[in-house]
Amino acid sequence: MTIQFNDETFRDDYTFHNSDWAIRRFPFPFHEDSYMYSVNMEQHRGGPAGSVYEKRFDVDEHYVSEMKDRAIVLAEDPLRCQSLPHMTLAGWDLLELIMVSKSEDYPDLFELHRDGNDWRWINRPLGIDDRFTFLDEATLPYGPMEYITRQTQGDFAVLDQRDENLWMDAGMVTTQADWSLDFDIGMNFFEWHAPVPLAHEMGIFKRALKFLLNVQQGNPARRLNWTMTVNPLLDTSPENYHKWGIQKTTLTPENIGSKQHLRVELQTFFRLPRSNALVFPIRCYMIALQDVVTVPKWGRRLHRVLRDVPVELATYKGFIGNRPLIVDYLSQFDDGLPTSDGIWPDLDTEPPLRKG
Amino acid sequence: MSAGTEKIDVTVTDIVKLNDLVTRFKFERSDGGQLPTFSGGAHTVVEMQDDGITRLNPYSLMSDPMDQSAYTISVRRDDEGRGGSLFMHNRVKTGDRMVISYPVNLFSLDLRARKHLMIAGGIGITPFLAQIKQLDRLSGRFELHYACRSAALGSYVDELTANHPNAVHVYYDDQKQAIDLQRLLTGQPLGTHVYVCGPKGMIEWVRKTSAALGWPEEAVHYEEFLAPQSGKPFQVRLAKSGITVDVGEHESLLEAIERAGIDAPYLCRGGACGQCETDVIESDGTFVHRDHWLEDEDRASGCKIMPCVSRFEGRTLVLDR
Ligand code: HEM
Ligand code: FES
Repeated sequence: MTIQFNDETFRDDYTFHNSDWAIRRFPFPFHEDSYMYSVNMEQHRGGPAGSVYEKRFDVDEHYVSEMKDRAIVLAEDPLRCQSLPHMTLAGWDLLELIMVSKSEDYPDLFELHRDGNDWRWINRPLGIDDRFTFLDEATLPYGPMEYITRQTQGDFAVLDQRDENLWMDAGMVTTQADWSLDFDIGMNFFEWHAPVPLAHEMGIFKRALKFLLNVQQGNPARRLNWTMTVNPLLDTSPENYHKWGIQKTTLTPENIGSKQHLRVELQTFFRLPRSNALVFPIRCYMIALQDVVTVPKWGRRLHRVLRDVPVELATYKGFIGNRPLIVDYLSQFDDGLPTSDGIWPDLDTEPPLRKG
Repeated sequence: MSAGTEKIDVTVTDIVKLNDLVTRFKFERSDGGQLPTFSGGAHTVVEMQDDGITRLNPYSLMSDPMDQSAYTISVRRDDEGRGGSLFMHNRVKTGDRMVISYPVNLFSLDLRARKHLMIAGGIGITPFLAQIKQLDRLSGRFELHYACRSAALGSYVDELTANHPNAVHVYYDDQKQAIDLQRLLTGQPLGTHVYVCGPKGMIEWVRKTSAALGWPEEAVHYEEFLAPQSGKPFQVRLAKSGITVDVGEHESLLEAIERAGIDAPYLCRGGACGQCETDVIESDGTFVHRDHWLEDEDRASGCKIMPCVSRFEGRTLVLDR
């Protein structure tokens, strides 16, 4: 399938929008009517055709515009992309992983030609056709991690593995849910997770780390995480909180359906072969509430989940203030009928909303 | 080895006897494709079908990590061991098909190091061969101290000293040459990391000596193979389903349950998520718990098992499934 790329913005006039296709394949993160943190990891081995799980690195209609937005963020704040000196090899690993995956998974969009270390990379959507020498930084316009992640949706944390821990020693982070690479750089798994409520006490991070240390080559893993964002703003960074925090106060019952977005991160984990580092791509998908509720099952479920989610989580995720408005809005789309298990829309089997 | 580690079908394309004890094997993909790259220090687990017994032995990859056309390993014959090395020496022929795992690295270089100080004993040289090739490419600084029994048993000494005359130091036991570890460790520049691979005694010696000299633990690395996670076959009775299932030495309990057509819950298949937790109704034997999920109380009580990674040895196991 050839993708029609949207021309849209994630700032100022916010022209971001999802097509019907994008709505149907949205990674709705709730498999039941309630939510609590858990060690929700599974193998990343594809998924239903057309779903965001199908390919190793999903490319969708927002690709070109997201890459433009990333370039704007980087121009304003170069510290969003950092790589400690010992992480260069991991950067090459990542470049190779993405180029090989994308050229195999989307041959009409990307091509990789390799003759020993002489490589040619063609990225049609972005109009790139570059020749370079693999493992020779001087032949690329940026370092290898920066080069490839300027062409790949999602944030990337590249973790060095040593001393039975993971260390955030490199990354490209411009579409994050309120955390900062510049602050976290050099930290370990427990240190960068310190602000998260409840999960430490539940033993989640201890178990998750054990699992991650054991993620092996050829056997990637994935999980979903979610939060709520007012306006389709990709760059909700602490660095820019003064610009976006205030937007949270602009919600009204009239505009909430279009302004309030459910923000979902498809997080994947790949062992990098040459460096033995681990890469953690964090791919962000956003959807306006008015689009969520076009899937009856999702409308019912989102209402129940957001109504009941513990205060600690709603506070940490930054929507505690707007929760009453959100729940009020969503209640119109919950007729109390039971919902089917799992995250899929089940449009053919779930009943339409009963009015009144 | 973790559950779900990927396997590769390979053909043995070359066997070279290096000396009385050590033989080198070369593997290429049977489908003609490329092998995954790896990082120096990685091993592969070789599966051997030995008269009805499956043996799983880990061997360090010694070939150039950049070379995706073939992997090589060196196997030291161990006449007292459980037989994996004897099988490789006596039974494996050029042209044989074998199954190996994707590379796994539990002995990787710390790429922050300003200098890599390598200490090898005997067959412990193999991971360093790949690491040195990797460092050559990255222009990394290293120094190798390699102890062998005798010149005749000094695998790869010639190649190493020819390619790296200034960085490689060889010590022969039969000539009463020994590594002066104390001096070696005290003379290192700041930011040096030390790596040791060899007999248990040598690893202990390097760890103790470096600790006594105040080396931080994080700067001292030693090779440690995870025991392959297969185990003896056993039988399990699934009470709810009313069937008995044989769990083979090579599959997990979860896989055996699935093979029997039962839809058991799982998510991570790695002992972390808790999804597959299953109640034990009755047991007479020992649990081999390998998960990161159960609390110590659960294990002590013998009432729960995580079938994605854990096993059982004994007479009776009945699960609530
Ligand atoms: C190595 C890969 C990972 C990286 C780089 C990473 C990074 C982060 C970061 C930077 C945050 C934000 C913390 C803050 O408030 O400053 C976060 C939050 C969190 N992480 Fe991770 N994480 C990783 C893996 C995992 C895994 C495997 C789990 C498994 C359960 C997990 C669970 C969580 C949870 C529950 C939160 C809170 C999120 C929320 O409520 O929105 N993380 N992570
Ligand atoms: S499937 Fe996750 S613990 Fe067994």
